[in-house]
Amino acid sequence: MDIDQVRKVARLARLELSEADLGVMAQQLTAILGYVDQLKELNTEGVEPLAHPLPVQNVFRPDELRPSLPVDEALKNAPARSGDFFAVPAVLDPADEQTH
Amino acid sequence: MSLIESTAAELLGLQAKGEATAETIAEAFLAAIRERDLKVKAFQHVDEAAVREQARAVDAKRKKGAKLGALAGVPVAIKDVLCTKGIPTTCSSKILKNFVPPYDAHVIQRLKAADAVLIGKTNMDEFAMGSSTENSGFFTTRNPWDLQRIPGGSSGGSAAAVAACLAPVSLGTDTGGSIRQPASLCGIVGIKPTYGRVSRYGLIAFASSLDQVGPFSHDVFDNSLMMEVVAGHDACDSTSVNEPVPGYTKTVNDPVKPLTIGVAKEYFGGGLDSEVESAIRAALKEYQKLGAMVKEVSLPHSPYAVAVYYLVATAEASSNLARYDGMHYGHRAKGKLDLIATYSRTRAEGFGKEVQRRIMLGTYALSSGYKDAYYVKALKVRRLIKDDFDKAFAQCDVVMGPTAPTAAFKLGEKTADPLAMYLSDIYTISCNLAGIAGISIPCGFTKSGLPIGLQIQAPPFEEEKMLRVARMYEAVTDWHTRRAKVN
Repeated sequence: MDIDQVRKVARLARLELSEADLGVMAQQLTAILGYVDQLKELNTEGVEPLAHPLPVQNVFRPDELRPSLPVDEALKNAPARSGDFFAVPAVLDPADEQTH
Repeated sequence: MSLIESTAAELLGLQAKGEATAETIAEAFLAAIRERDLKVKAFQHVDEAAVREQARAVDAKRKKGAKLGALAGVPVAIKDVLCTKGIPTTCSSKILKNFVPPYDAHVIQRLKAADAVLIGKTNMDEFAMGSSTENSGFFTTRNPWDLQRIPGGSSGGSAAAVAACLAPVSLGTDTGGSIRQPASLCGIVGIKPTYGRVSRYGLIAFASSLDQVGPFSHDVFDNSLMMEVVAGHDACDSTSVNEPVPGYTKTVNDPVKPLTIGVAKEYFGGGLDSEVESAIRAALKEYQKLGAMVKEVSLPHSPYAVAVYYLVATAEASSNLARYDGMHYGHRAKGKLDLIATYSRTRAEGFGKEVQRRIMLGTYALSSGYKDAYYVKALKVRRLIKDDFDKAFAQCDVVMGPTAPTAAFKLGEKTADPLAMYLSDIYTISCNLAGIAGISIPCGFTKSGLPIGLQIQAPPFEEEKMLRVARMYEAVTDWHTRRAKVN
């Protein structure tokens, strides 16, 4: 992986990495990918991918009202709160709107 | 044997006979923690007053003649990846440093219903990613047998707590060996149950198709006791399997006869330490003396397990850990930042290097243009690994081999090389990929006094047989009675 690829993946993963970090990450990920490349030796034509070790099906329950977490409990761990809501940075910034 | 060196079963017996109370037991372990944990550093959080309060409640219940649970007055240490209502749960990550869950994990509810005393939360590799606890966001736990060495990981705190006699039993989680490898390195018993056997509700997710909760203990009987309490169906985990839980403690002392042991030749290749190999071969001889038949089997795809794991587990982790965005709980980066910058800086500040590395690898393996070559390819090889086990178990009851390729390594020995660290889980990872059951039991020591573990693997939902097989070995050996001198 080169630095530009690492930078792109970091953006996808929402990780702010410094230039130095990007360099180290490129080196380490390249080494790990080199190791996992041994999987290419195996012929897996016609093999069904196994995402889950057990046969699982959807589990349904009756659609009934049940008590949920009280608002105060749910907000207890919030980094910022505004009344009965989580306070977060503006999702749609007015300044942003003009440039898009 | 002193109180703290006792097994859970012995502590139950002492209370029944009136020779100890839950409170005297709790005090003995709290004193041990105060004295020894400065060196071992197994615990992340211990609330002495809360421990006493739980113990007194058990004693009061006993005094009233009320029916007591299966773990009444037994202290249990909990890996800090399991949610405990009102008690900090950090995953040893700075991103969850101040997180206090509003609910209990299913296994915690079960322990409370069994009248266990929750003694504290234990240190781990951040988000269970690691094999040494050196990736903890806070500090490194030491191996009680040699404080200059690692206890294994990621459940290193829970393993060290039992090995150092700071709790008779504990809970860990195992995604690629995180219970069995530290059990092996700390000279205790650790089980990874079949996927779906124990509820994952309230277990902070790392890789959802691999994670399982399981107990650590000094011996196999205690492990059966813990399994009886924590295993079973839970409607809050859609992958929890609705199969009856056998009374493990009722049958654990019954030997399995006839018994055919499969030994995979792939587990005895390069990289296996010679002292570990001799201890495993000697354990197999013990089983032969007990009448077991030992037979060579083949798990031809097991050499690929580490590669498969580091694609599947990281892919699942990159998705699971997307929830740490600094909005609803956990750390949030300060300063006037827009939304995306807040996410990105929060995660860069909150996650340690190994977690970042795995998120990056998983994101890459799932990204457009690479998904088929990496993630889907890994899932296909995962199928081949599972097929290998199906074929092996058609010829034998259990598969045995080493749990880890070496005894405990030195602090710092593998931190600079992530790949070398990953390879310490080479024998444990395929069990999670296939979803089967596995256990590590003590089977000897190296010349320098470090514990060695024997791994026993069994088909899905055959924990009962696996525990009996493990117990047969305990009946003729005394490794499980040794206790570390912490100094």
